[in-house]
Amino acid sequence: MSEQPTFREELERLEAIVRALEDTDLDLDQAIGLFEEGVGRLKTARKMLEATDLTVKKVIRGARGSIRTDDLEL
Amino acid sequence: MSPELDLFGPSSTDTSSGALTVSAVTGRAKQLVEAGFRVLWVKGEVASFKAYRSGHWYFTLRDELAQVRCVMWRDNARRLPAQPVEGIQVFVECRPTLWEERGEFRLTVRRMIATEADGLWELQLQRARDALERDGLLDPARRRNLPRFPMRIAVVTSTDGAALRDIASVLGRRWPAAELLVVPAQVQGDKAEQQLCSALELADRIPGVDVIIVGRGGGSREDLWAFNAEAVARTVADMRTPTVSAVGHETDIALTDLVADLRAPTPSAAAETVAPSRKDALHAVDHLARRLAHSLANRTIVGRERLERTGDRLLAAVQGQIERRERRLGELAGRLHALSPLRVLQRGYAVARNDQGQVLKTVRQFATGQRFRLTVQDGDITAVTERGGST
Repeated sequence: MSEQPTFREELERLEAIVRALEDTDLDLDQAIGLFEEGVGRLKTARKMLEATDLTVKKVIRGARGSIRTDDLEL
Repeated sequence: MSPELDLFGPSSTDTSSGALTVSAVTGRAKQLVEAGFRVLWVKGEVASFKAYRSGHWYFTLRDELAQVRCVMWRDNARRLPAQPVEGIQVFVECRPTLWEERGEFRLTVRRMIATEADGLWELQLQRARDALERDGLLDPARRRNLPRFPMRIAVVTSTDGAALRDIASVLGRRWPAAELLVVPAQVQGDKAEQQLCSALELADRIPGVDVIIVGRGGGSREDLWAFNAEAVARTVADMRTPTVSAVGHETDIALTDLVADLRAPTPSAAAETVAPSRKDALHAVDHLARRLAHSLANRTIVGRERLERTGDRLLAAVQGQIERRERRLGELAGRLHALSPLRVLQRGYAVARNDQGQVLKTVRQFATGQRFRLTVQDGDITAVTERGGST
């Protein structure tokens, strides 16, 4: 099962970045670094929302407690 | 021989003495009883109830005047949610028979319902509910908020039920960015309870799952009953992932509804509740984008302001220095002035000097006819000595 950051995590990180930029005394270098990271994450978050077809999978219990998924046609 | 016995036909000649064996008479009686009654509904009060380890139930059904022994075989008994308590009034669907080993007339019960609507089910539900309550699992404070933007949603339900299709259709419309993971479980029948528990546990272990929906579509009370099983309710209560219970139609309330983080009236409603609209999500992203842009813009404004403030301070510092120096200069000038020997002239004294600027201090220095300069407070005059001095 994949472990890439979820939409929620993207938003949470973005929120933290914006707050840091808004509130704290950062070096300009740091601020620009954060800003660039924020722009990247915004892009990722927007991309996540672009999906038009819901992905549906069936969860299968594998050997020794492992978990795998299979496509599921409804 | 009475004419009634003729009803038994050839059995009357089973033994040489013309007497019937016990098995013969009970066998015939059994046949007679079973042939004489169809399936019946009988109403009575339960007494002397005993459930054997084999799963079979034995009890007596009685009213004010009579009683009859009953048996309910395991396959029928286990369809019931709970054992009846002593004294409960029930209806039983049964076939009268005769148990030959004891020569006992009895009813083979296939179904039992309490005379009060759904009495037995209520009884089980009440017991399970009390147990959950005792353990504090019904406390509303245990309920957690659902995540606002779940990207990975697990559903514990049957793969061929209407619930799954309903949920997928709502999510596909409102929140297609999500991934729907189906953890299959039978939702009715003998295996439902155990399968629901293990599917829930599996769903709870899937990495990154934001929220879990457990439920099924509408059905009869019996169909929905697995969701009233204490074990299933306890599993729902133990979930690490926020869980929504969605069982049956609006009016059905299951035990899982009471322990879940949220009860949805139907599976579709659960999906509606769990999924934000894509519009809301885009809105949230746009909002953050604006804040991000502003934060940097503000930061440059703040920087410029700070720079200006620094410049101002620098200027102020320089100016202060100049002013301080000017003041010092004034002071020095003042002191210089005070020390000047000419200052004494202000008090009306005058100083005489010859052309060479030598101060003439004594009479002897003045010769008759000698010119000299006399300096007073506001300037010099030239004078001539009329009569020189002598001592």
